[in-house]
Amino acid sequence: MSLMDILELVLGIAMVVLGVVAVNAKKKITSVILLSALSMLAVVAFVIMRAPDVAITEAVIGSGLVTGLFVFTLFTKKNEGEDA
Amino acid sequence: MKQAVSIVLVLLLGAFIFTALYFADSSPLQFKPYGDADLSGRVSQGYVDKNVTADAASEEPAAVVYGETKNAETGSANIVTSVVVNYRSFDTLGEVTVLFVAALGVGLLLSGKRRRQEAAFQPSFILKHGVRIVLGIMVIFGVYLFTHGHLTPGGGFSGGSIIAAAVLLLYVSDNAFKAKVKAFKIAEGVAGSLYVVAGLLGLALGGYFLYNFLPTGVVGDLLSAGIVPIVYILIGLKVGSEISGVIAGFATEEEAL
Repeated sequence: MSLMDILELVLGIAMVVLGVVAVNAKKKITSVILLSALSMLAVVAFVIMRAPDVAITEAVIGSGLVTGLFVFTLFTKKNEGEDA
Repeated sequence: MKQAVSIVLVLLLGAFIFTALYFADSSPLQFKPYGDADLSGRVSQGYVDKNVTADAASEEPAAVVYGETKNAETGSANIVTSVVVNYRSFDTLGEVTVLFVAALGVGLLLSGKRRRQEAAFQPSFILKHGVRIVLGIMVIFGVYLFTHGHLTPGGGFSGGSIIAAAVLLLYVSDNAFKAKVKAFKIAEGVAGSLYVVAGLLGLALGGYFLYNFLPTGVVGDLLSAGIVPIVYILIGLKVGSEISGVIAGFATEEEAL
């Protein structure tokens, strides 16, 4: 088992753990941030799999734009009653 | 006036389709009756005979050397881009259309007289001034991504999304900020139409829709790969303005009557 294999394994396990924790998180904002972190790890996985184009798109949309939009939406005033 | 223009356009389109279908021998398109067209001979054999790297004259495919190889078939150093914007450019046109329809749906749902949604938080000092520093870098990086789409990873879609993210940051950092949505719409429409115009130019000059009719140049140069960088710049502008328009729609709310 080379160093790269171990790295990929750790990466995969971390992504699964982050996904499960994001689903079970109590606050919505925590879920959003955890999903952003998951996307960031997916970017590393894509780079390891030699797909830099997909990695850039994932980094921009998955962890940048969508997270920003979710955070922006969660912090508008209409959500006051819910657990933001 | 608008109605007259649209009637003329419809008549022209109808005449084009009619002549292409019923006078197939004289038209350059050669639409044949259903079942008669020899598609496998035209497309598959074309792919089998394809020699991507060298001139058509030499038999053996030559190695592509960055910065030296001239007149390669697509001329773009990034092979993903050469598939997305050259071989499968029509698919990309459809993809852009899907995005356009999505933006159109959002625009229809969130139309009318609008004002800013009230945010639950005041932007802090760091957010306000950090955004001012980061914003220029983000826009420049987005433009870099789609102008260098044929050389480095990335392209119109990711570059446009970065520009849209910059617009989102503007909304987050300033509670009173309102983007000029009309400018987004104009940029979107112009870029999308120019993409189709580039395709029609290819049809007129090369015989196929979205044909790469410009010289491809040296692999690795900024001005290489024919119409690929032009089309990717158009896609970048279109996607950027489209997603910015969607964000502007989300960030504002309908004014109470």
